[in-house]
Amino acid sequence: MHILRTMGLIGRVVAALLAVAFLGTAAHADPKQGGVLNSTLWPEPPGIVIGIHLNAPTLLPSSKIFEGLLTYDFQLAPQPMLAESWEVSPDGLTYTFKLRQNVKWHDGEDFTADDVVFSLTKFIPEVHPRSRPTFERAEVTAPDPYTVVVKLKEPYGPLIRSFDVISAPIVAKHIYDGSPIRENPSNRAPIGTGPFKFAEWRSGEYIHLVRNDDYWLEGRPYLDEIYYRFIPDSASRALALEMGQVQLATQNDIELVDVARLAAMPHLQVETKGWEWGAPISWLEMNLRRKPFDDVRFRKAVMFALDREFIRDNIFFGLATVPTGPIHSSSPFYTADVTTYEYDPDKARALLDEMGLTPGADGVRVEVGLLGLPYGELWDRLSQYIRQALGEVGVAVTIETADVAGWGSRISNWESDMSTTYLTTLSDPALGVARSYITENQQKGVLFTNTAGYSNPEVDRLFAQAANEPDEAKRRELYHQVQKILADDVALAWLVELQWPTIFSAKLKNVVRNGLGPNDNFAEAYFEE
Amino acid sequence: MPQIGFLLQWVVKAMAVVLAITILNFFLIRLAPGDPAMVMAGEAGAADQQFLDRVRQDFGLDQPVVVQLWTYVKNVVTLDLGQSYRTGRPVTDMILERLPATLLLTGTAYLLALLVGPLLGALAAMRPRSIFDSLLMVVSLVFYATPIFWVGLLLILVFSVQLGWLPPFGMHSMIPVTGTAAQILDLARHLVLPAITLALFYIAVYVRLTRASMLETASLDYVKTARAKGLPEWRVASAHILRTALIPIITFAGLQAGHLVGGAIVVETVFAWPGIGRLAFDALFQRDYNLLLGVFLVSALMVVFFNMLTDLVLRIADPRIAGRA
Repeated sequence: MHILRTMGLIGRVVAALLAVAFLGTAAHADPKQGGVLNSTLWPEPPGIVIGIHLNAPTLLPSSKIFEGLLTYDFQLAPQPMLAESWEVSPDGLTYTFKLRQNVKWHDGEDFTADDVVFSLTKFIPEVHPRSRPTFERAEVTAPDPYTVVVKLKEPYGPLIRSFDVISAPIVAKHIYDGSPIRENPSNRAPIGTGPFKFAEWRSGEYIHLVRNDDYWLEGRPYLDEIYYRFIPDSASRALALEMGQVQLATQNDIELVDVARLAAMPHLQVETKGWEWGAPISWLEMNLRRKPFDDVRFRKAVMFALDREFIRDNIFFGLATVPTGPIHSSSPFYTADVTTYEYDPDKARALLDEMGLTPGADGVRVEVGLLGLPYGELWDRLSQYIRQALGEVGVAVTIETADVAGWGSRISNWESDMSTTYLTTLSDPALGVARSYITENQQKGVLFTNTAGYSNPEVDRLFAQAANEPDEAKRRELYHQVQKILADDVALAWLVELQWPTIFSAKLKNVVRNGLGPNDNFAEAYFEE
Repeated sequence: MPQIGFLLQWVVKAMAVVLAITILNFFLIRLAPGDPAMVMAGEAGAADQQFLDRVRQDFGLDQPVVVQLWTYVKNVVTLDLGQSYRTGRPVTDMILERLPATLLLTGTAYLLALLVGPLLGALAAMRPRSIFDSLLMVVSLVFYATPIFWVGLLLILVFSVQLGWLPPFGMHSMIPVTGTAAQILDLARHLVLPAITLALFYIAVYVRLTRASMLETASLDYVKTARAKGLPEWRVASAHILRTALIPIITFAGLQAGHLVGGAIVVETVFAWPGIGRLAFDALFQRDYNLLLGVFLVSALMVVFFNMLTDLVLRIADPRIAGRA
């Protein structure tokens, strides 16, 4: 026993030494202060105050200016940001946040709990369509200048994952209180608490941010300036990266076909992590109000007819994974233990035969329309593949085209047979997944609701129960049940989980550090010598 | 005096045309499916009925179309082009920010094309079927037929990536330069590639147009008479052929000038040039009605103005036109 204990002790010491040695090499030499980061940004955003605008190009610069109470790591576990600590009561009804005391707004005013109360009770309910339902259920108070208490009437599981800068940006009460939020002049020159301050916006050219010298974290940020440059053409964006004119591009800035070529260049590197918070999934939506999509056998036939590994490898160039159901595989609520649909066109044909959809003389069993996502060539190719693959089993697909507004209008008014899309499933299934499946969210005319028309009382019940369950383990179990039912029902034909590439200079460090990826505040980003 | 009468007539006509174009545009863009609220919801990846209602109410999109039109026209008459739905900023500000960049780019390309195109075309016409003429015709056909974005990317690859002589995109350097002279030089360096890309197409058109027009004029009887009188060939070409041959060139130049505002979308896209063409293009897809109508209005005013100017110049170049009027 003594020898074993000694060996165990030696083992722990060796492990500790190895860990130190490893950390020593992993953590580079001291980060260097200074440097100007040029990043692509496209399209030019309509505004840079998170909440008032929520499109991807708004988030990238805005997340450097504003901050949330918390942020989330790759596993979506909460991490301190403006709140240095927090407690959740055992009944899941009271959340108490202790705020940092050395935080100043970019105009020099002190940041206090009043700003948080204003942001959560006035700013978000008025402007933030996605977080309004979350915070409307909460009562928010400030017992002292550096404590915030959020009280709920009933537990709400996703709340703890709703305090990041995108879901709950904290804005300055002294700037916004008492005047219409959307018309506030500071919206064009925002005042935040983040590591970078707004400097200039030249229409059609760039947004310029500069270092916040009074940032609450001593010695941060490392970078002096960030320019977000608007480069409209994707080939030009790729060239700019190649030539070193810009040092960062992300999401769909670069056509996926170009990524491998750029990744092979010694001065660039590619990271596909960092989208865990957004967890985007692309799917084929079938209008369940119409025949033959109302028959689950048809939907299963579609799943068997599509080779999703082919889609992953040849349309998304490997920058994707094949999903098993409605919840992204990076989510803590994910289970792979569901009915799966391997590529098997014979099974598809058998199911269609069983439905009585027999092929005519021309081999066609049924004709359907497909409204493709109008976001460029990649999505056009996806539509063409779907047409070809379904054509193989006798489902003749007519591809319909529209621009973004037309596409949105037709989908939200339930006017298409099938359509392709992708949507962020967000940090918690109650926030980003349930909306596409629950019956009460079938809202005609509203995009990103349950437009497919899926309805299952059991699924509704499970989603509701999981949202109001404070215990994380029980929530996981409930979401596992939901995933099984939805996969059995093929509520949507999930095609790929997107892994947007972040491509950046090999000298740029700490770009993707958590589940928010390039939407992190970049306080730690720096250029190596 | 007749010129003043002509001007007055023109102003009245121009106002009617601009008003008709505004009304037509107003209805045309509303024929496209979807509205700004839908696009904003799409961009945000989030929407609820409250959000959509709020956007529609804020911009009066919940009103009957006729009421919307009346409000718009009433505002335009007082030079208020309204606010962009997407950014909430005054449309006039947004257009004025971007207009100089486009005018600089298209104006430079235009002047370059006007200087080089007719000159080369005239030289080719003086020696038809010579090696110079044949070569010029082939080259001009190539630039006439090649898509502008392709020419732009090729120029970037050669002069920016391979040779490293000129910046590949943007209007200013990444690292701001100080001093007026240095800033002008910096701007000029950024202007070279996009202006040449745009000009190459127009040079090709002018070359072919001038050559054809001069060869046609050269075969007319009065030219033969001039030659028969024993005038030297350079005098026949410059005083007799060129003046008549200029008419279609002036007409084309006038038409082209009208398109200075909107004609550079592709070049602005490839070279990330912060101009108005790109602004209009994006506004169209974002259903930013007010912004789009504003750009259309400026564009219509330009077309009408340059058409008037062309008419005036033509009356000077060829007095028979004024006589016919």
